[in-house]
Amino acid sequence: MTEAIRTPKSSVSTSSVWQLVKYALLAMLLMFMLLVCLHAVTLRLEIGSESNAAVDFARNSISLNLGSEPPQLDSTKSTDMVSGQVLGHVMEGLIRYGPNNEILPGIAESWEVSELSATFYLRKNAVWSNGSPVTADDFVFAWQTALDPETASQYAFILYPLKNGEAINTDGADVEDLGAKAIDDFTLKVELEQPTPYFIKLLAFFTYLPINREFYDSRDGTYGTSVEDLIFNGPFTVSKWQHGSSLRLEKNVDYWNSEDIKLDAIDFAYIISDPNAIINLFATKKIVMAGLQAENIERALANRWPVKEHVDGSVFYLGFNHREDRPTSNRNLRKAIQLVCDPEELVYKVLKTPGNRPGESIFPVWLRGVNGYFRDEYPAPKHKPDPDLAREYLVRALTELELSSPPQLIFLTGDSEFSTKHAEYYQSLFKENLGIEVRIDQQIFQQRLAKMTSGDYDIVAAGWGPDYDDVLTFGDLFTSWNANNRGLFKNDELDRNVQIAQQSSDPKTRMEAMNRVQHILYEEAAIIFEYERGSNYVADDRVQGVTRRVVGTDPDYTRAYIVDKAKE
Amino acid sequence: MPRYVLMRLIQGVITVWFIATATFFVMHNIPGDPLADEKAVSDEIRENLERKYGLDKNVWVQYGTYMLNMIRGDFGLSFKHENRPVNKVIAERFPVSAILGILAIVIAGMGGVLWGALTALYRNRWPDVVIIILVILGISVPSFVFATVGQLGIVVANRVVGFEILPVAGWGTIWHMLVPALVLGLGTMAFLTRLMRTSMLEIVNADYIRTARSKGVPVAQIFAKHQFRNAILPVVTVLGPSIAAITTGGFVVENVFAIPGLGRTFVEAVQQSDYTLIMGTTVFYGAFLVLMVIVVDIVYAFIDPRVKLK
Amino acid sequence: MNLSFTPATVETDIEQTSRPSLSYWQDAWIRLVANKRAITSLFVIICLLLFAFVAPHTIWRVKHDIQNLDRASEPPWVNRKALVLSDNDTWNDVVVPDAVGEHRAPTSLEVVGEAATSRVRLMWDAVPNSHGYRVYRNIVEPREGAPLGLSIGVVNESTLVSFEDRLDIRQKPYWYSVVALHEDGSEFDTAKTLRVVPQRSIYVSEALALPGVDSAQPGETVALVWHPLGTDYLGRDMLARLMKGAQVSLTIGIVAPLLFMVLGIVIGSVSGYFGGIVDAGLMRFTDFVIALPFLLFMILFKLMFVPPEGEANFLSSVQDFLGIEGGILAMVVALVLLSWPGIARLVRGEVLKIREQGYVEASRLLGAPNRWLIGRHMIPNTMGVVLVSFTFAVPATIFTEAFLSFIGMGVVPPTPSWGSMCNDGIRTMETYPHELLFPALFISITVLAFNLLGDGLRDALDARMRSSE
Repeated sequence: MTEAIRTPKSSVSTSSVWQLVKYALLAMLLMFMLLVCLHAVTLRLEIGSESNAAVDFARNSISLNLGSEPPQLDSTKSTDMVSGQVLGHVMEGLIRYGPNNEILPGIAESWEVSELSATFYLRKNAVWSNGSPVTADDFVFAWQTALDPETASQYAFILYPLKNGEAINTDGADVEDLGAKAIDDFTLKVELEQPTPYFIKLLAFFTYLPINREFYDSRDGTYGTSVEDLIFNGPFTVSKWQHGSSLRLEKNVDYWNSEDIKLDAIDFAYIISDPNAIINLFATKKIVMAGLQAENIERALANRWPVKEHVDGSVFYLGFNHREDRPTSNRNLRKAIQLVCDPEELVYKVLKTPGNRPGESIFPVWLRGVNGYFRDEYPAPKHKPDPDLAREYLVRALTELELSSPPQLIFLTGDSEFSTKHAEYYQSLFKENLGIEVRIDQQIFQQRLAKMTSGDYDIVAAGWGPDYDDVLTFGDLFTSWNANNRGLFKNDELDRNVQIAQQSSDPKTRMEAMNRVQHILYEEAAIIFEYERGSNYVADDRVQGVTRRVVGTDPDYTRAYIVDKAKE
Repeated sequence: MPRYVLMRLIQGVITVWFIATATFFVMHNIPGDPLADEKAVSDEIRENLERKYGLDKNVWVQYGTYMLNMIRGDFGLSFKHENRPVNKVIAERFPVSAILGILAIVIAGMGGVLWGALTALYRNRWPDVVIIILVILGISVPSFVFATVGQLGIVVANRVVGFEILPVAGWGTIWHMLVPALVLGLGTMAFLTRLMRTSMLEIVNADYIRTARSKGVPVAQIFAKHQFRNAILPVVTVLGPSIAAITTGGFVVENVFAIPGLGRTFVEAVQQSDYTLIMGTTVFYGAFLVLMVIVVDIVYAFIDPRVKLK
Repeated sequence: MNLSFTPATVETDIEQTSRPSLSYWQDAWIRLVANKRAITSLFVIICLLLFAFVAPHTIWRVKHDIQNLDRASEPPWVNRKALVLSDNDTWNDVVVPDAVGEHRAPTSLEVVGEAATSRVRLMWDAVPNSHGYRVYRNIVEPREGAPLGLSIGVVNESTLVSFEDRLDIRQKPYWYSVVALHEDGSEFDTAKTLRVVPQRSIYVSEALALPGVDSAQPGETVALVWHPLGTDYLGRDMLARLMKGAQVSLTIGIVAPLLFMVLGIVIGSVSGYFGGIVDAGLMRFTDFVIALPFLLFMILFKLMFVPPEGEANFLSSVQDFLGIEGGILAMVVALVLLSWPGIARLVRGEVLKIREQGYVEASRLLGAPNRWLIGRHMIPNTMGVVLVSFTFAVPATIFTEAFLSFIGMGVVPPTPSWGSMCNDGIRTMETYPHELLFPALFISITVLAFNLLGDGLRDALDARMRSSE
């Protein structure tokens, strides 16, 4: 009865095993045939990347990865960095940025600027890849299209400095009223709505790129969605675009300045975002550049790869919800939170990448002021974390809010791994120092935006990147009329100062006003500055002449070239 | 028989319609704004966008329009890949996932059945123990760990050998698929191994096998004709949904190995609230799955004469 | 013939063929107990449950969400001796007069004070004609012509010759290099390199807060708190997190499969047994559920369980009542509602097969009711495949949760789960393997235990094995 479970009496019969081996052999044969078939089908489908080396000396080309796929390459509709990078390689606007971020002539050979107008003289040797010349009308057409409410461009606002730009976009004015006119094929006359000292810098932005009217109309609404639906006027052309997989750029021999372009091809051979996979591609010499997370830095160092850093120009902060029914609308509560936050600890112990810089102001250090850097001329207010003082503020806040214990706060954040770590850090910080319970609300991107807009949060992890090279790209973020001010911060003095900066063309007046903005944001604890983002990356040193930028095409390979380091 | 198939197909269409309806309403009830982007837009532009995608209309009107278009085989334009038809996106991504999936399922199916049969034959002896330990390893490690470790393995192997044996990531040749397919199929293979083993052992003692044995039928023939064939049945049942699940892609594997497949597309669509792309992929996936289930049921009838199609 | 017959004596002690009457379940239990592997596994599972639900309240009361950023990602075998530093440990930049002379690298590079994990202070001599310095840190000795390592700081004045490194310093050798800069920011050709091994440090106020430390003077060493399994990326105790993670993973990994197994068995057996229209209807419903996109429904349930503030609904009040945190209930509900079809199809397939067998036919002819046939023949005979599926459903469910954490839709932080801990560990796999190893080990042990137990149960419940003995 209690005998252990017996194995069935049938012992292993050699013949059964032989039968199984026969099956196995048959399976292997089928498998082999299947592999051959699948290989043939895959080749036939022509999806995917050719297995190129990172640096291909024979073809004079380099290979790279893209973090995501450009949704489309219609410059009037693009919004993301990746599209911006690709467009920067295949298109050229009136001006372009040089290797040291200086403004260089692009399609415009020269220009004259006055306070309220500008005239651009276009070069006559610039052509589209279908052979037709790049004319002034191509710019007018692109700008009109972007402003046309039917296009519903999200970046139309960047064209608002043009006369009637805003009216066309939001008030139903006729696109023909736009303050941009083609005097003749090669002369473009622009009128501005109000003095805009940084107007020329705006022209490098992708929404200002030209579009060939005839070609656009001939595509019947599909412009920008595939290689057949695109033409180019920049240093490169898109020669192959396999959606979701790869994008290949080839040198544009018709580009007016093609002798400056050294590379014959740039192969965005992989569309991949997994950080470990990107490093693995770099390690096997498949791509020439790879971003590093804090976790991968040691691997890069141990392999003696050249680790570089790049400040991408964005600032990150904790945004408060200033709606009246929220506890965070109380200044003392915000002050208490401000006093326990330590950006240095965040950068050194949590982010752990040296490229990042502890945040002190909404204006990052690279912005220009009157003569030098804005932040050198107008240092940001600073303090040391002081939990004791913070608790005093908290007591005052609780009295004002008529609460007996600290309120629970909702911390809205993204769904990435980093977001989790970052939110957990603050959760513990607020709990230990202030006794504030934090509920972390992780949401995918669209839902996070929806919640930010509807105000269903107390604190949100947010960031802002520059659209153009002027203090105002950050300065007007917290004005009462800015739709991106999703926490609804409202301060009349701040609004006034931004208006001063917008309307004045005197650098000193503008910078003084911006300095007030910087102080108001700090004093009111409207937001909590966290860090200015800098990234570390490894780059193949056989490729030189790559430019990294804060504003504009980044990284820029248009003038890159290959050096032979084969001697090693 | 043809009548049965026809009936099943009609039922299948109804099932797909249910799937589409359920997904449509769930999607519209999840807060999240497909039109939102980093930069806030003015109300006027929003209205234009809503008009373009028909979001300004009553949800029932939207539903009706969508269903009518779906019947015509038109899944609409993607929100994120602006102006690109969802049909086109699926047509590009599905073959990739399907090729990878076929390979994975074949590896899993053949491996599972063979290993399972082997472990059953050698029950409680060392081959059984070794394989079972491997199987447990196979199922106790999450796929994202396998994918990452597998990729690191390729890097190390390439470095040790000094030339490229297998590419680290990407798509385009059979060499790109081997490791991803293995990672994708590993879990299913482990599952099938165990299922096959159990199922074989149950049959060992079945009456018809004893009868056959007592009649003096050669052991190999009993194994081939009765045991093996009958044991495969539950495996086939499980295979149907697995085929659909695997061929429509593993997000993790596609993400790590930079494979332009449907799994990645779907997860990205969900993360970006790309309504039309979510609907398109779900309905496509549903239809494919229902079809696979029908195919499996028919295959079942061929293998097992006891099951009659009514 | 007078023959007399004597009655034959009844021999009562010939072969006794009966055995004590045992119910099916009693018999199964006896067989299970006899199976050493199964019993060991059962014991392991009980241990795991104790580990998850009892240990955190008795033997290891460390909280799972207490951070210590100075001790992030520590492996268990780390040296716990720490040097006490003054609370007022500040340092001023060192400024020297401009040097004159030729282009060269700094001739000296030294550490000021102790090299400690909270800061390493470097000082060097001024370089003539320079416009500043760049400081590099490396974990391998820089070679001639090879990169110097990670740039950790830039000094913009040639007379400012010091730098304080505070970036995530650990107890291991570092090579610091200082190189002078030209006016345009480019570097001189040669650098000065120094090897530094920082010592773990702690500030006086932190040291006094340690258990068992009454006084601490700067310069003394104290022993830090012990973390038997090391710490995670925010310096939280791994053991405490693994216990908390066990609660989450085992709850989801056992409760959800149990529930959807039951649902699947009921639907599958009813469908297979009755056949016809019932079968067709249920199977189409099954197809429908299989095809529903899990991810979308997961988001939906998550939102239903976590309503906007102030608007409690039925589901969220159930959740509050049960005291379950971290969105676990939403996950269980989603899993149960969407995962049963696989098992239902499997059971149906088996039932279809069994239905046609002789003994079932016989039983039916003898007038056995449906209840009897399903309960006595169908379910016990499908137990084999069902148990195997269950043992697979446990890890599969644990991984589904891990996958959801992978895309940011899993448990709400700071609640950990084994899956999300694996997910965090995979990134640092090469640098700090313990962060991946321990959660992965726990998952493996759990899976192994459930598999072996499942095997044992299958054997024990298999009625045919009984008859074959």
